[in-house]
Amino acid sequence: MQPTYKMAEKQKALFTRSGGGTEGEQEMEEEVGETPVPNIMETAFYFEQAGVGLSSDESFRIFLAMKQLVEQQPIHTCRFWGKILGIKRSYLVAEVEFREGEEEAEEEEVEEMTEGGEVMEAHGEEEGEEDEEKAVDIVPKSVWKPPPVIPKEESRSGANKYLYFVCNEPGLPWTRLPHVTPAQIVNARKIKKFFTGYLDTPVVSYPPFPGNEANYLRAQIARISAATQVSPLGFYQFSEEEGDEEEEGGAGRDSYEENPDFEGIPVLELVDSMANWVHHTQHILPQGRCTWVNPLQKTEEEEDLGEEEEKADEGPEEVEQEVGPPLLTPLSEDAEIMHLAPWTTRLSCSLCPQYSVAVVRSNLWPGAYAYASGKKFENIYIGWGHKYSPESFNPALPAPIQQEYPSGPEIMEMSDPTVEEEQALKAAQEQALGATEEEEEGEEEEEGEETDD
Amino acid sequence: MDADSLLLSLELASGSGQGLSPDRRASLLTSLMLVKRDYRYDRVLFWGRILGLVADYYIAQGLSEDQLAPRKTLYSLNCTEWSLLPPATEEMVAQSSVVKGRFMGDPSYEYEHTELQKVNEGEKVFEEEIVIDKAVAIIPRGALFKTPFGPTHVNRTFEGLSLSEAKKLSSYFHFREPVELKNKTLLEKADLDPSLDFMDSLEHDIPKGSWSIQMERGNALVVLRSLLWPGLTFYHAPRTKNYGYVYVGTGEKNMDLPFML
Repeated sequence: MQPTYKMAEKQKALFTRSGGGTEGEQEMEEEVGETPVPNIMETAFYFEQAGVGLSSDESFRIFLAMKQLVEQQPIHTCRFWGKILGIKRSYLVAEVEFREGEEEAEEEEVEEMTEGGEVMEAHGEEEGEEDEEKAVDIVPKSVWKPPPVIPKEESRSGANKYLYFVCNEPGLPWTRLPHVTPAQIVNARKIKKFFTGYLDTPVVSYPPFPGNEANYLRAQIARISAATQVSPLGFYQFSEEEGDEEEEGGAGRDSYEENPDFEGIPVLELVDSMANWVHHTQHILPQGRCTWVNPLQKTEEEEDLGEEEEKADEGPEEVEQEVGPPLLTPLSEDAEIMHLAPWTTRLSCSLCPQYSVAVVRSNLWPGAYAYASGKKFENIYIGWGHKYSPESFNPALPAPIQQEYPSGPEIMEMSDPTVEEEQALKAAQEQALGATEEEEEGEEEEEGEETDD
Repeated sequence: MDADSLLLSLELASGSGQGLSPDRRASLLTSLMLVKRDYRYDRVLFWGRILGLVADYYIAQGLSEDQLAPRKTLYSLNCTEWSLLPPATEEMVAQSSVVKGRFMGDPSYEYEHTELQKVNEGEKVFEEEIVIDKAVAIIPRGALFKTPFGPTHVNRTFEGLSLSEAKKLSSYFHFREPVELKNKTLLEKADLDPSLDFMDSLEHDIPKGSWSIQMERGNALVVLRSLLWPGLTFYHAPRTKNYGYVYVGTGEKNMDLPFML
């Protein structure tokens, strides 16, 4: 019977923490001020009008859990991103931005661990080389070079703009998800797996996914955010920059700010035309990043937008710069999926259009919804975390079998000459020998060398 | 889910994220009551919602006294007016499985398919619903019982599954005429109670692992979700009589399931 009451005890702890405000009026005044915890109940109300979302008591528990998260971590802004369903457990995801300078400590820890791993590998390689030198026959060195690793984006930019925390149920501790690397996004596009609910489950797939379920979850969250986070036109605008337009022409701007003069678009117009909604997250390029990086560049992480200096000694191909749609593109520009409109709009209540809310549903990522009403809007995702495709999933085929060795004349098998050919050759050589001997006797030149066959 | 306990059921089934807006809920409550009176059904179930591109279909089912008899299906676009869907023949079912794609939301929309004739969307909705219902409508063990005379009745003494039983797939049955039951050996059948175990259990469903069983709300609710037909949610509060299932989804089978497990 223990498990039944364990969760209830944990959730009770959520309530008592928040109820501590009754101890004194001073605490109440402190809490009434600005808090980064969003008004989840209000968002849940609007989504309920649209027929989406979790029940109200579940939403309240999530609100308390996020409040707990805000108290534990140095958080600047936070938002309830959504819920991803899994086979054994589900994930509640919170999208968070840390205060300035706070997250570097954790980043360093992660980097140290990866560097430790690299040092170990280097040792292994040195030992291997020594063994090779001792051997008489030198094994031919492999000419294969792994493709250059594309560096991941810095924190607070591109796909790593926000940090994500997950927990399985409100009351359980929040776990931070690591930053996403471009390789993980590229691989996540090729596989389709259900989430089990345990973050350290390995992801067994082909092509092999570089990471475990936590990384796969983070990659899917990044893809969903990039594809489905939308806002009404005019809510966000580009911040004014001085004269950077020419340089930025290739990459596009990557920052926006709230428009203080936003007046709200009437709900009917929002439902009528997709041009009234825009994406406010950057599109992820096929490379796996939001800003393009030339993998053949020797310099680290510099954006050469207009210039392509080809110093590649060994890379023969020219890599083209990948360009994606710029920030704040309207949804009417989204590509169709096989004659299927990528977005569906609805009024939440057709019987009372004056008070209803405009709802937008994504057909590409089922479970992604956005609502807008007056000056408010919000996005949410509740679903399994997979993209919709009208065709069935085709797993990647295994790579072609590698060549074992380059074929050259010393390795090529040649058929042995037959007996007739050998005899014919011998006869021809004896004839030639006889001819040269006659010539030698005739010319009286002696050469010490006789050719014998 | 039962139309009588609609509000509670919607609360409990909300873990999957899709529910109904308050105006739909209100119109469902009134209209389903009228449907029950007009068509003289013993029970009316709100089956679910099929999402279309332009509009959604709301589907309800009417049951007669015998719970396992074929159920009548009604559909509506606005939750107030319900129409019976025409019964489908075998060839129509085969046809509709060939035509793929999302639903539009207009019952008179015609699908074109090169080999066969055009399929009306209204029929296609019905056929999909039949297919999904046969595949994944479930009921906990003990909720229905079979009398020796034949008809199955609602078990009024069903108090709910215990917590340990609720976590096992074998405690849930498909809500349809049994298919696998006849193939069981006599040894297996000896342990079964003929008045309670007369339907196929979920244990032997192919592909294995196509059901996800979870406890939500801190063990106060057990939720089963089908991975083969994503959108089907079954909920049951252990130790209580509350159970039900609802389908909210696009009406498409998840053919990629073996790759995803």
